[in-house]
Amino acid sequence: MSTHYTSLAIDDPTKLVFGHAPNPFTLRRGMVLGGGLVYPEINFTLPPMLIEAGTMNKVCTEYRQMITGVLKRAAELESPGVLVEFETLPPMTEHPDWGMQIVNILLDAMEEAHAKDGLASALRMTPNDNREMVRPPQMRSGIYWEGMLELFDRSAAAGAELLSIESVGGKELHDDALTMGDMQGSIFGLSVLGARDMKFLWTHIVEIAKRHGVHAAGDTACGFGNTAMVLAEQKMIPRVFAAVVRAVTAVRSLVAYECGAVGPGKDCGYENPILKAITGFPMSMEGKCASCAHFSPMGNLAAACCDTWSNESIQNVKLLGGMAPTMSMEQLIYDCRLMNVALGEGPKEVLKLRDWFVASDDSLDPQAYILRPDCCVQLAQAIISKDTPYTAARHVGLTAIDILRQAHADKSLKLSDRELPWLDTMTDTIQEMPDDENVLAQQVIATTEPGRFLPAEYGLTS
Amino acid sequence: MANLNALTEFIKSGNRSKATKLTQEALDAGEVPQGILDAMVVGMDVVGERFKCNEIFVPEMLIAARAMKEAMAILEPALVKTGYKPIATAVIGTVQGDLHDIGKNLVSMMWKGASFNVVDLGVNVPAEKFVAAIKEHNATLVGLSALLTTTMPAMQTVMDAIRAEDFVGVKVLIGGAPITQNYADQIGADAFAADAASAVDAARKLLAN
Ligand code: B1M
Repeated sequence: MSTHYTSLAIDDPTKLVFGHAPNPFTLRRGMVLGGGLVYPEINFTLPPMLIEAGTMNKVCTEYRQMITGVLKRAAELESPGVLVEFETLPPMTEHPDWGMQIVNILLDAMEEAHAKDGLASALRMTPNDNREMVRPPQMRSGIYWEGMLELFDRSAAAGAELLSIESVGGKELHDDALTMGDMQGSIFGLSVLGARDMKFLWTHIVEIAKRHGVHAAGDTACGFGNTAMVLAEQKMIPRVFAAVVRAVTAVRSLVAYECGAVGPGKDCGYENPILKAITGFPMSMEGKCASCAHFSPMGNLAAACCDTWSNESIQNVKLLGGMAPTMSMEQLIYDCRLMNVALGEGPKEVLKLRDWFVASDDSLDPQAYILRPDCCVQLAQAIISKDTPYTAARHVGLTAIDILRQAHADKSLKLSDRELPWLDTMTDTIQEMPDDENVLAQQVIATTEPGRFLPAEYGLTS
Repeated sequence: MANLNALTEFIKSGNRSKATKLTQEALDAGEVPQGILDAMVVGMDVVGERFKCNEIFVPEMLIAARAMKEAMAILEPALVKTGYKPIATAVIGTVQGDLHDIGKNLVSMMWKGASFNVVDLGVNVPAEKFVAAIKEHNATLVGLSALLTTTMPAMQTVMDAIRAEDFVGVKVLIGGAPITQNYADQIGADAFAADAASAVDAARKLLAN
């Protein structure tokens, strides 16, 4: 059963704020997501090392050290709670036994911190989408599909309360679309291939979550929107192109909620505020504290509508202050403290802080501008006004271009001269695309070299 | 005489149809194939330089690369007849366990633009496959890319496999977000490049030595 959203949970931009979601929910240790507090969400990863049977002891030692360090600091700083994300590395999903060894280390440490210091916490489990380890990717069966489902299932049974993934369906064509500046290819990858795969994948994840009484949280179009963002940051593609791609990614990520996910959407989904406006579910976000993993042009603005505040990922290396994950935990907690003080003061103060977050970034980059709360509501409205992901994608793409054009015209956003022609190019491309996605699909199948993707894995016939 | 300056311009602007047409005309007019190739490479060098200076984006650079690729398809048979050998044959890939390939693809594209013969092995490439490809294509340049801290050690595995073969004159260049010059030194790679444009300079330098 899937829901098709036809109205917005938040249609007033002043209600799209951090810490409050129309549909909050409570985790086992009492943390209420979207219920008036922002929680830190910590994620960490290994320093340079191999993961194989012979190094698993060392791998476990690293994770034990990381989780102990971050929880200790969270307790010392009296954080009202912590969300821990375990984003596995590929071999840990390929060999679910290895992934589970670490899940148990994390859960044991979280249990101990609760018993000893009263620290509330919950685990978000993010297995890898390894389906593209074979080329062309095999999306609906095979060892990678099986391993991923097994790790979801076993970690949920062991106590992980939130299930997430950075899924990759459609990426095999989208990467080239990004480097070629091809908006039609991007929309096809996201809303035809991507949306179809999301429906298949999230139907399974939601079913696993239900079986174990845990929450299917949400996905992210990281491999699409963040790849575009990183490429734009490196001046490889225009920022306006990355901004429009970001708007379109919301169509793909929305499918998880249509299938029954309840949030919080995964941290690196910078499109999450648009999804919060549509679904009313709490969302995780990352910004300045994630520059340990990658740069972004919206370090403050990203916090405007968050319900958990994340660092994306940090390596376990030693810094002057201590181990890097512990340092990252401290940064997140201080950011959350500030937001929570505003939440305690009342709606006016929340809006004031939110608007400062927004105003400090929005005029400097189109990718930030497009995610202003008022723009998010506009984009969300564009998405729900259409019946299918493909039609929604084209419409939200054009809406995003209009927003940027208008903002440049009224000088609230400065676009460089070499960016401007891309607005017209993207408009023309989207307008000239076929109205029927099946027509486009057949065009793509006919012109793509065989072996790049398997149409049948997306329910397409050639 | 064909206008080779115009060919350079067509490559720079990525005009595929005009670049291919002029290449054919130049051949028909008896231009020396090497001279035609040089005109194209000059065009791609300018494109690479403009990219380095943030004057153009990757899509514009790729359009130029496509024009060059199509013009090369016309030129290649004539070049081969003259006994022409590319500056080098390079084998490139993302190491085992790693699927990140955008950076690697850009390096590959830039190397092609510099008229290297590039064999791209794709992603998740095991050490044996690198070694087999070096042998099969007589490669003198190897490019390794890794983006994950946990696949960096796979570069060492490839280095060990290459060094175990006693290849003569095979140089290895490595890169990727977590890679540093220190790491290259540590695993015995010949060079490190921080980005795609410097990967061309680094490769040229390695091959000149
Ligand atoms: C031969 O000589 C040379 C010379 C120069 C060379 C060279 C070779 N290779 C590169 N260069 C150099 O030149 C290029 C051009 O200037 C440059 O290449 P880059 O590749 O650096 O730059 C590109 C042009 C643009 N940059 C990129 O494309 C990488 C950007 C980031 C955000 C990134 C992306 C986009 C992706 N990812 Co991934 N991803 C990240 C990256 C963050 C970061 N800080 O890099 C990183 C690397 N990823 C990470 C992770 C965790 C993962 N990723 C994964 C997947 C993906 C996507 C598929 C979604 C996508 C890749 C798309 C693709 N086709 O490549 C997964 C692993 C998949 C796998 N088995 O490899 C997954 C495990 C996530 C998951 N939950 O499954 C992190 C690494 C953590 C760690 N322990 O190392 C990460 C730092 C982001 C993070 N979360 O913090 C230079 O490095």
